[in-house]
Amino acid sequence: MDGGVGYADMDALKATELRLGLPGSDPPEKPLPTTTTTTATTARPTKRSLDEDRAARREPSEGGRATSTRATKAQVVGWPPIRSYRKNSFQAMKATAEAAGLYVKVSMDGAPYLRKIDLEVYAGYKELREALEDMFKCFEGCKGSEYAITYEDKDGDLMLVGDVPWEMFTSSCKKLRIIRGAEAIRGLGSSQ
Amino acid sequence: MVGGFRWAAMFPDEVWEHVFSFLPADADRNAAALVCRAWYRIEQRSRWRVFVGNCYAVEPAAAVRRFPEVRAAAIKGKPHFADFNLVPSDWGGGAEAWVEAMAEGWPHLEELRLKRMVVSDDCLELIARCFKNFKVLSLVSCEGFSTAGLAAIAANCRNLRELNLHENEVEDNCLHWMSHFPESFTSLVTLNIACLEGEVNVYVLERLIGRCPNLKTLRLNHSVPIQRLVGLLHRAPQLVDLGTGKFAAQHHPELFSTLESAIAGCKNLKSLSGFWEAGPTYLPAIYSVMDLIEDDGLIAVAASCKLLQELRVFPSDPYGAAQPISLTEHGLVAISAGCPMLHSVLYFCRQMTNSALLTVAKNCPNFTCFRLCIMEPHTPDYITRQPLDAGFSAIVESCKHLRRLSLSGLLTDLVFKSIGASANCLEMLSVAFAGDGDAGLHYILSGCKNLRKLEIRDCPFGDQPLLDNAAKLETMRSLWMSSCSVTLGACRQLARKMPLLNVEVINERKRGLPLELQPDNCPVEKLYIYRTVAGPRSDTPSCVWILR
Repeated sequence: MDGGVGYADMDALKATELRLGLPGSDPPEKPLPTTTTTTATTARPTKRSLDEDRAARREPSEGGRATSTRATKAQVVGWPPIRSYRKNSFQAMKATAEAAGLYVKVSMDGAPYLRKIDLEVYAGYKELREALEDMFKCFEGCKGSEYAITYEDKDGDLMLVGDVPWEMFTSSCKKLRIIRGAEAIRGLGSSQ
Repeated sequence: MVGGFRWAAMFPDEVWEHVFSFLPADADRNAAALVCRAWYRIEQRSRWRVFVGNCYAVEPAAAVRRFPEVRAAAIKGKPHFADFNLVPSDWGGGAEAWVEAMAEGWPHLEELRLKRMVVSDDCLELIARCFKNFKVLSLVSCEGFSTAGLAAIAANCRNLRELNLHENEVEDNCLHWMSHFPESFTSLVTLNIACLEGEVNVYVLERLIGRCPNLKTLRLNHSVPIQRLVGLLHRAPQLVDLGTGKFAAQHHPELFSTLESAIAGCKNLKSLSGFWEAGPTYLPAIYSVMDLIEDDGLIAVAASCKLLQELRVFPSDPYGAAQPISLTEHGLVAISAGCPMLHSVLYFCRQMTNSALLTVAKNCPNFTCFRLCIMEPHTPDYITRQPLDAGFSAIVESCKHLRRLSLSGLLTDLVFKSIGASANCLEMLSVAFAGDGDAGLHYILSGCKNLRKLEIRDCPFGDQPLLDNAAKLETMRSLWMSSCSVTLGACRQLARKMPLLNVEVINERKRGLPLELQPDNCPVEKLYIYRTVAGPRSDTPSCVWILR
């Protein structure tokens, strides 16, 4: 391209020029490059989104916060000034609160559906028992029926809950099963 | 002064050293060192603590030669805006050059504090091997190392008192790094591993804590379940500062009371951090982090935490469409009214008024740090629709000891006029999406006599105020400007005029001509200027040009 930019070209150039200011307002005059330099007006995607946003905000229809332009505007790099680990931690916290934990199924003989509990919530067997009693009391047919809490371990064997240290139990328990009635009493012996 | 009399010899050197030890600031020691050669020599030998605010301001070897007896060093690397991804990841701030020079010249180094630097595992291994009496390692906002490097520290630093890992990016490749602390190791006073992503072996941690009777600060990461935390607290009833990392305590309310009584067992506990459902109203909390707080919560804090000194409120949903979350200017005003010892605030919100800021300014003339971030750029006073100039002006006029200020919202050049005129103690100013033109920057650079760090983004500030205030830049540590209206020509002029400044132009887009061939009116995307006696650094990546 030779030196000397035509008016039409200047318009086109101005249209692509990115600057702070409302669309349609006059920019401060800057000398245009006379040699071909492709980087004279460097693309600034962040500024463009800002211009759009400001235009949207100053429209008379601005009132409610959830305008469609706001929802679709590009995010400005590094804004708001929050470190990325902290941004993620809030979203992650909500996610991990559900995702983390040792969730195991709990079935009870005769109950129409199963439950799921997070073993990490409980400090030991006592809390677990209390929680399970609470959870399944609506299904108890005749009061005082005996039941035994058992679990299936890593090897697939059905084990009685309470024999091993709590940590060992939580690391090997795959699912819980509450056995009721005569079957539970038989062969249980004294304590539970 | 009596001619020819070596009055410095009136007392033995040790006496002068003892006198100098009472000088509170390095600036005072610097002044003493200029009095005469004897004092220079004595002061030089007795300075054992150095702070290098910009790792490129001086050559490591020069620093080591200048003060050969240093025991404690603190060094900072990347500009602050690196925290928000504005600085290219390969910009620099590597710690090797410093660690190598220190290993060579300061074998008795006991404390090393690095911030925003790139620290490799090799660096950590060098530290572990070379400093026989190493006591304190503090890495803040650093990256480049892994838990394997931490294993080396654990294994070799027999007298380690403090391991403070704050907000670093650490690769987790050595699960059992903590097992490398030998059984004979009992000296730990501070352990902060909150930033570690990986699992922590709680048994190892329990044994470590159990054998360190002087442990005062313990900040854990997310991997320690609440039940185990109780056990840890029983082993460390002398704790003063406890942090539980990201663990979501509020999802296990039944365990909370167990934890609460374990915490109550730590009679010296003064500081609690982590995510809590209820505020620790029974503790004189100096610093606490709460989850999902709103105005009502802040009003409760204002009513009960009368000793609160520092408050930080972050947004729970930084990118969401503005939800009806009730965290507004009212929370900030309540805190300002209720907490007379408050001196440091970091507050994110979506709306603000001049009136609220005026009230805060009146309530809290003792602020040393005020950082307000209204999430949407250019947001005016939501009631009057005016710029927030009046509000921030009130802050700087009322808070005569203000050292740090971050601005936000709709602001014209007027606020900068106030800041330039009134903010006499201001050392650090952060500006974004503010101002009308060059005058704004000129007010700052021609005023603010104690300004050290200025960081600006997305403001219509151009060449003239920089060129008019070139000398000011040499009195400051650094200036960052990005997405402003500065041209290459001005940067070239500045670099030519000020040989003691490094003028770094950062251009991450590799299109077009190389910078040397660009015309003067080429706009500069990112600019980092800092004073230095080391000349241009030799580790610049391809996106950084240092103009001469």
